[in-house]
This record gives sequence, structure tokens and C-alpha cells, in this order.
Amino acid sequence: MKQGTRLAARILGAYAVIYVAYLYVPVLFLPLFSFNDSIYISFPLRGWTFKWYESMLANDALHRALVNSLKVGLTTAFISTVLGILGAKAVTRYRLPGQKPVVAMIMLPLVVPEIILAMALLMVILRAGGSLGLVSIAAGHILLCVPFAMVVLMSRFEGFDRSLEEASHDLGENGWWTFWRVTFPNVLPGIVASLLLTFTISFDEFIMAFFLGSTEPTLPVFMWNQLRFPKLLPGVLALGACILIASVLVVLAAEWFRRRNTSDSQSGDVIIG
Amino acid sequence: MDNSFIDIVGVSKSFGGVKAVDDISLSVHQGEFFSLLGPSGCGKTTLLRILGGLEAPGSGRVMIDGQDITDVPAHLRPTNMVFQNYAIFPHLNVEQNVAYGLRQQKLSREEQIEKVSAALAMVKLEGFEKRGADEMSGGQKQRVALARALIKRPKVLLLDEPLGALDKKLREEMQIELRMLQQQVGITFVFVTHDQEEALTLSDRVAVMGEGRILQMDSPRQIYERPKSREVADFIGQMNLLSGAIESVGDKVTVNTPTLGNVCVENNDQDVAVGDAVTLAIRPENLKLRSASAPGSVRVTLAASAFWGHTTYYRVVVTGAEGESLDVAQQDYSGSEKVGDEAWLGFDPADLLMLKN
Repeated sequence: MKQGTRLAARILGAYAVIYVAYLYVPVLFLPLFSFNDSIYISFPLRGWTFKWYESMLANDALHRALVNSLKVGLTTAFISTVLGILGAKAVTRYRLPGQKPVVAMIMLPLVVPEIILAMALLMVILRAGGSLGLVSIAAGHILLCVPFAMVVLMSRFEGFDRSLEEASHDLGENGWWTFWRVTFPNVLPGIVASLLLTFTISFDEFIMAFFLGSTEPTLPVFMWNQLRFPKLLPGVLALGACILIASVLVVLAAEWFRRRNTSDSQSGDVIIG
Repeated sequence: MDNSFIDIVGVSKSFGGVKAVDDISLSVHQGEFFSLLGPSGCGKTTLLRILGGLEAPGSGRVMIDGQDITDVPAHLRPTNMVFQNYAIFPHLNVEQNVAYGLRQQKLSREEQIEKVSAALAMVKLEGFEKRGADEMSGGQKQRVALARALIKRPKVLLLDEPLGALDKKLREEMQIELRMLQQQVGITFVFVTHDQEEALTLSDRVAVMGEGRILQMDSPRQIYERPKSREVADFIGQMNLLSGAIESVGDKVTVNTPTLGNVCVENNDQDVAVGDAVTLAIRPENLKLRSASAPGSVRVTLAASAFWGHTTYYRVVVTGAEGESLDVAQQDYSGSEKVGDEAWLGFDPADLLMLKN
């Protein structure tokens, strides 16, 4: 019996190690080969170099793509989070007629294949005489991101006691002031989480950006273009390594913010009475 | 008295077809401590929330101090509420919580601090200004909620089971403090509770509610000693309820009961006729257990006893009427307390209250 559980534990342990390795080892090859002094991705490494990073810094097209992605990402994050706040507040605070079908419609982009959405949007935009570019990409990304923002914010709104808003009304504040003095500070961690999540989704989204873009590519589309030329590959690896580090920093920042926020009310000048 | 301060006129409220408040009208006087008492789901909290503007009545009017406030939103009403779960703002400390409602008054920093200190002193929380919301006990949170509401100097303070979450000892302490505080500030209190003892201890008047309606509205003493219906009698305190039938009607009514035989009771303004089934109610403390027979007493068998400190409860069964048992509360019974032993039960027919079924 005891041996059986020990064996099971060992198998589970091995499974966990393999699982984590499968997830992260390929990612680690990215920075590794970005320092390799060769355009071919193979062992043994030929030597250490920073030249891919240097060429990356000098690449104007890459800079433009990065700026495009930041523009689209920040716009998407802001608009979908604002829409998410409004939607989540409405859904969790009021009983609306036809609420379930409406929420289901908002959540639909989570399950509809992205390529279908992208093609449909492309046709609609062209038919309506709209032009393709960063604006159309952002519009597509907002469509994709609102459900994520809603999910994150709804759980935050649900976890936050409704009587706090009632207490604020009762103490003389109208809806606007109640939102800023009570609702906003209490759902702030959810808002930050939603901003980070939607920005990340937009930043590395490819299909919409490819279908709805014009001559100005976003970073994922730019990278995909580069990949078709083997000699440009190490440059893409260098870029990938930079994005990897940036995203780790963002996650750490988010976690730090979350912790600071939860421990905030516990710190301060405690007077023992 | 016609100096009513709060007037609720024909107020109803339904939730999904269920009438939570069913055509209630009542008046509360200025400076009164008024309780809404009833089991959960009787509509007392809904009525309180209608007063505070957190719920809109389906029909009827609400008036405070001569002003119709039915359509006035919560944030413009002269009422403040102490919520059941206290609703302390978790992102603010004690001082900020208490000062929350002062924003529109555009006070200087010094004036604010002064007001907050005064409010905290009133609820005996001096020195707690910088405490976080989650560093306080239930009793302290309750005091913060009180201070936060009273700092607004409302015309009416609404309290939604504010003592429900506290342990027994703290609750009793807070009851006394609440009553003293109310007398000190002179603000009209409307207090919701399901705890009948609490309602009787604190209030000037009590409205007993059941299923969205007011069953009886009276002083605590009247409610306790003269409940008007079986429902109220059953809900307020411990009460022996005995079934019986009217034998004769005159100045007094004779009721035939299986347990106590024929008894003569007051006809308390009930139109009853011979043959009607009624309930006789008597408090355990009005029954007296004796070890020897006396005129008017009945023979009983001891079924159980429980020592409560200030009194002992005995459950007895009348010999020859084993269907119904009676509870007696008595301090000085000197006979044997062994279960199965016989004793005599005495009572004053004047303590028997006739209630229509």
C-alpha cells in the first residue's frame, strides 16, 4: 500500500517535471540562440555575439512595428477595460431583461474561431467602405478582449460587497461619487489585471492583425514576415528574447501591485487599543 | 399622539410576485426608539430599506418630518443606516470611514478631525483613527458604522440587525450603550431585529411583523403581557398555548380546556361565541408548582427540569390530559425535582390570556 503511493508520487513528480520542461524549455532556446554567432539554429553553438541585438536596435521597420503594436495594445487595453467595467457593473449590480443571452453574446468571441471573426470583420469593413490599418486592428482586438475583461472584472465585482455602494449612497454620495470613492478603489486590482491581460492578448495577436492590417504591420506580423528569410531569423530571436524579458517584468510588476494592494489596508500606523 | 415624525402610508413591495411588504401603515414619533420585530423573511428589512431609499416601494408614501420623501433618492434623504454587516469601507481606515459622509460639507481639515474625534468619542473608539477596516472586531466595526452614520446628524437612524453578529455578552453591552446613545443624541431610531428580547429591552414601541404585515404595534410591556394574536404570543418570549373551547360568554368568558378544566378569563374585546375554539396563553413564570394541593390547583407529573441560573424550568404534564405539556419557570420550588414525581400546579386565571385561533 505504502509502496504503491510512493510509486504514484514518483510518477506524478516525473510527469510534473516533463510538463514544466515541455512548457518552458523551448522558450529558453529563444534567448540562448539569440546570442549564437550563426544564422542556423543548431547545436553546437558557434560562439557568443551581441550582433543580432545591435542589428535589432538599428532596424527602423522593427521600431515602427513595435510602436504600432504598443499603440494598438494600449488602445485595446484601455477601451476594452472601460467597456468591461461598464458591462461587469451592469451584469453584477442590476437585473436586466434578457441578461443571460446578452452576456452570452458578449462572451461569444471566446469560442468563435478567430479566423472566422477576422474574415467576417474584414468583409464588413471593406463593404462599409472603411479602410484597413491600425484602427481596424484595434477594433478587432477590442472585440476579442472585451470578454476577457468582462470575466476578470465580473469576478472582482461579484466579490465586492454591494452594501458598500449602498452605504455610500446612504452617506450622501450620488452614483458618480460612489463610483470614484468606493467602487473604483475596490475593483482597482481587477482593472489592473484586465489592462495587463487585454494588452498582452492584443500585443501578440496575429490573425486579426494580419487580416485587418495594411502596410503598417504590428510586431507579430513583422516577425512573421522576417521568419520567411532565414538570415533574418536570429534577429527575430533577439526580439523574442526582449519581449520575453519584458513580459516577465510586467507579470512581476502586476504581482507586486496585487500584493501591495492587499497588504495595504493592513499596514500603516497601527494603534493598539 | 399626532406628533408623528415618520409616516408610512399604505406601503407595499413585491419581489417576483411575493409580497415582502403588504400594505403597511405606521407612524413613529420624534426621538422614539422604534423596533420592527419579526422572523427572517417577514419584510422588516425591506421596510427599513424603503425608509432609507435603498428600495423603492411598489405603492404607498413615506414621509419624514412632514416631507414626502417617497421619490427622494437615498443620498438626499435625512436618514442614515447601520448595515447588518456594517459595510465598513475596506480600503479606508477608521477615520476615513467615519469622515466619509462629510465631503459635501466642505469643512476644513481641522473641523473634520474635530467632528471625527467627537463621533469616535461618542462610540468610545478614541485612538482607533488609523486602524484598518480588517483590524477590528465585530463590536468595533459596529461602533465605526454607528459613528459614520451619526456624524451626519440624521433625522432618523436606521439600524438593520446591528447586534446580530455579536456574541451574547457583547450584544448585551451594546444594547445598553445603544439605548444610552439614543437618549443622548435624541435621534429617532428605527431598529430591525429578529431577537424579541432585544426589541423589548431597547424600544419605546415595537411593531411585530409577520409575512409582510404588522401583527401588533404596542409598547414592549403591552406586547409581552397582552399579545393580540396567537402568532404574536408564540413569537414573543416563552408562552404556554393551550387549546380550548368557549363554554359560556358573559362579563367573563368560561373556556373549557382539556388541561386546566373550566377556567374563567377576561373577555378582552374579542367577539367570540359559545362553541368557538380558542387558545389560552399563559407565561411560564405565571404558573406555580407546589408540593401540596391547594384550591384551584391541578395535579401534574414532572416530565423534565432545566436549571437556568436565575430560574429553573419545569416541564409538567397534567394528570388525565397527557397530550399537552406546560412549562413552568420558578425559583423557589421546594418539592422533589425527580422526573415522574407528582406535584400541584397553581395559577391565577387573571394571567390567562384568551386568543382567537
